[in-house]
Amino acid sequence: MIPELGQVALLLALAAALVQGTLPLVGAARGRADWMALARPAAQVQALLVAFAFACLASAFVRHDFSLLYVAEHSNTSLPIAYRIAGVWGGHEGSLLLWLALLCGWMLALARFGRALPLPVLARVLAVMGWIAAGFALFMLTTSNPFERVVPAPPNGNDLNPLLQDPGMALHPPLLYMGYVGFSVAFAFAIAALLGGELSTQWMRWMRPWTTAAWSFLTLGIMLGSLWAYSVLGWGGWWFWDPVENASFMPWLAGTALIHSLAVTEKRGAFKSWTLLLAIVAFSLSLLGTFIVRSGVLSSVHAFATDPRRGAFILAFLVVVVGGSLLLYAWRAPRVGLGARFEMVSREAMLLVNNVLFVVAMLSVLLGTLYPLVLDALGLGKISVGPPYFDSVFLPLMAPMLFLLGVGPLARWKRAELPALAHQLRWAAAVALLAMLGAALLAGRITLGAAFGVLTSVWIAASIVVDLLQRLRPHGPVPAAVLFARMRTLPRPLLGMMLAHLGVAAFAFGVGMVRTFEVERDVTMRPGDTVEVAGRTFTLRGLRNVTGSNYDAVQALFDVRRGGAPVALLYPEKRTYRVQGTVTTEAAIARGLTGDLYVSLGEPLALATGQGQDKGQHAWTVRVYSKPFVAWIWGGCVLMALGGALAASGRRYRAKQPRVAAIDAPIDAPIVAAGAPAATLPATTVAYPAEVGA
Amino acid sequence: MTPRRRRLAIIAGIAGAVGVAAALVLNAFSSNLVFFYSPSQVAANEAPAGRTFRLGGLVEAGSLQRDGTRVRFVVTDTLRAVPVRYEGILPDLFKEGKGVVAQGRILQDGVFVAREVLAKHDENYLPPEAGAALKTARRHAATTAATTGAAR
Repeated sequence: MIPELGQVALLLALAAALVQGTLPLVGAARGRADWMALARPAAQVQALLVAFAFACLASAFVRHDFSLLYVAEHSNTSLPIAYRIAGVWGGHEGSLLLWLALLCGWMLALARFGRALPLPVLARVLAVMGWIAAGFALFMLTTSNPFERVVPAPPNGNDLNPLLQDPGMALHPPLLYMGYVGFSVAFAFAIAALLGGELSTQWMRWMRPWTTAAWSFLTLGIMLGSLWAYSVLGWGGWWFWDPVENASFMPWLAGTALIHSLAVTEKRGAFKSWTLLLAIVAFSLSLLGTFIVRSGVLSSVHAFATDPRRGAFILAFLVVVVGGSLLLYAWRAPRVGLGARFEMVSREAMLLVNNVLFVVAMLSVLLGTLYPLVLDALGLGKISVGPPYFDSVFLPLMAPMLFLLGVGPLARWKRAELPALAHQLRWAAAVALLAMLGAALLAGRITLGAAFGVLTSVWIAASIVVDLLQRLRPHGPVPAAVLFARMRTLPRPLLGMMLAHLGVAAFAFGVGMVRTFEVERDVTMRPGDTVEVAGRTFTLRGLRNVTGSNYDAVQALFDVRRGGAPVALLYPEKRTYRVQGTVTTEAAIARGLTGDLYVSLGEPLALATGQGQDKGQHAWTVRVYSKPFVAWIWGGCVLMALGGALAASGRRYRAKQPRVAAIDAPIDAPIVAAGAPAATLPATTVAYPAEVGA
Repeated sequence: MTPRRRRLAIIAGIAGAVGVAAALVLNAFSSNLVFFYSPSQVAANEAPAGRTFRLGGLVEAGSLQRDGTRVRFVVTDTLRAVPVRYEGILPDLFKEGKGVVAQGRILQDGVFVAREVLAKHDENYLPPEAGAALKTARRHAATTAATTGAAR
């Protein structure tokens, strides 16, 4: 009964989405306030219905209702409760429902916090999102219904893919989707701006926090995917340039370009049409990512769909959304205008270079990802594009980017002077060079990659310090207490930017270090054997059988010592999941700030060596890796995401709200003290002189 | 500089940068394409000598020999077979009789030296390249049988 209710809720949600997509749009075109006002309640009703449908599916998982085909395919009575809930998005149908639910979440947030927006703007934005929601609801109802029954119901389910039974993997899809779907807000703003034919800097002020928040989620989602690959696949790599990874990386690259271009458009009114185009591209790439991953074009752990109708539907949806919005762009963008002018040496120009580099990087990933697919689809042969291509393209593109990252935030808007910049940054450059030399002396050897990693990361960090000091004490030294007091007055978007850039520095450092100094050894070991990697002695103490709730495993015990002193005990496992019979490798990792020690079991060998006759004495092939500073890669991503969150929470984006909220307070707004605007406004003006005056 | 000339300079700068980037990308692209060949194609000397390519098919039953981390096995598309040598740890889903894709080079003596062995995903899954190789071989066998049958 409950699944049928979920199905009905989904149908009603489709109806609500269609209402939300049409009436407010017509109302905005004809200037009818009552039709426009429908957008918010329609979005709220739709969100409620989708949340209900989602809860129905989750309850079917929790209750082991194997009469649902989807539950039978992705769950089992022995599956732990946490993975039963994560199983809701462990397959194709449920992940679409998750997508729709998250889209509704963003719409709800917009309906709640977007009250400061003029009614026609909110109506148009929600209408565009309504269309996207309608597309996804239709997709689910026609080709991928999660509530489909199976008769007779199997006694037990087929279990969740064992590779997905990992805490990181349970969180990865929701975060990634929050990012993908979050770009739909920027997209909807762009389409609404094109429809309305106007784009003030005020628009950008509305669009910016939403886009930055979506970008933060996407960053975290990609990071978790990478962390999962590192710890669960058992190969010890953190990025493989796999098409599935690229599918999530392309929207990230476009989104990164977008948040930088939005900064220019908001502050200076330049790059207007370009920003709109990037908003369209970022969301289109999110859809393309879904298409590539979900359509079954690629075979991977992500490719659930093999039904050709699904691929056809997504492709048609993609064509309508991308083609339609690009046509609209070509038709209406000239009306929006290009925006203000600037000098060749200015912050605008540097952000322009940033945008060019990110877009070129995105296009090169697009080429490497789509070319093999297109060639295959046309029957022209099977090829693949390997990591060396992406590596050799990315480094030269990112090198100037990382250098400019140190300079850009210090450059003035509109017109900057090169000699002044060089003067400001001379200490940062000196510190970076010294750090590189110091690292070379310390490590005893250095490669181009490591030198580059140290140089750029210290350069970026030092330039952030220079920037910070200039803002905090523009007229010379002041006591530390004053510095801290002033630190609190700095606007959050500025601090967020610094934090995110610091994340880039940490990331670059981690990549440079791990690529140069990592040690990977594949060896054969019997209990009692030792192997020495990166100055540590790894001893295989023994093997034993362990049993989990839905798997059996062989667990090894490794004792890691450095010069006799114990460093860590590691328990890597080789698991066999009982239902599907799948074998997985659980790497054991001793994580640390200066590096990870990584051990994973390969396969047992029946060596004819006399002593090893009983089961526990098998020899095993073992991966023993040392990954220096690898945690910095993910730590850098977390800093970037935190920076984004800090920037998105900036007070400036909310500064207008009290006034508008006070107007419709009699209807439904929570109580806003009459004195609130007066209290917040002076604070805001005090907080900004550093930026506005620049 | 007048605004007009400044704008021209900016556009020229961007065009130059994009041009350089495009040249870089395309050069890296063409030198890093990895083509796929089936054992039949390798037997017919269609695979390039001294260049990395992918070989796909089934791991022939009974062909796997292990010596620590040094591994030998045979990849077949049911018509022809290619011996493969690999040093390292095989993926969890590598099994005799199952699909496999190996990336590497072929040596003078006809042994394929794999630098990477891919056998991912799930038990029943056949890598698309390996599947295609088998299908072509089957079709080829069918047509050969038909023509020899007609000749008789």
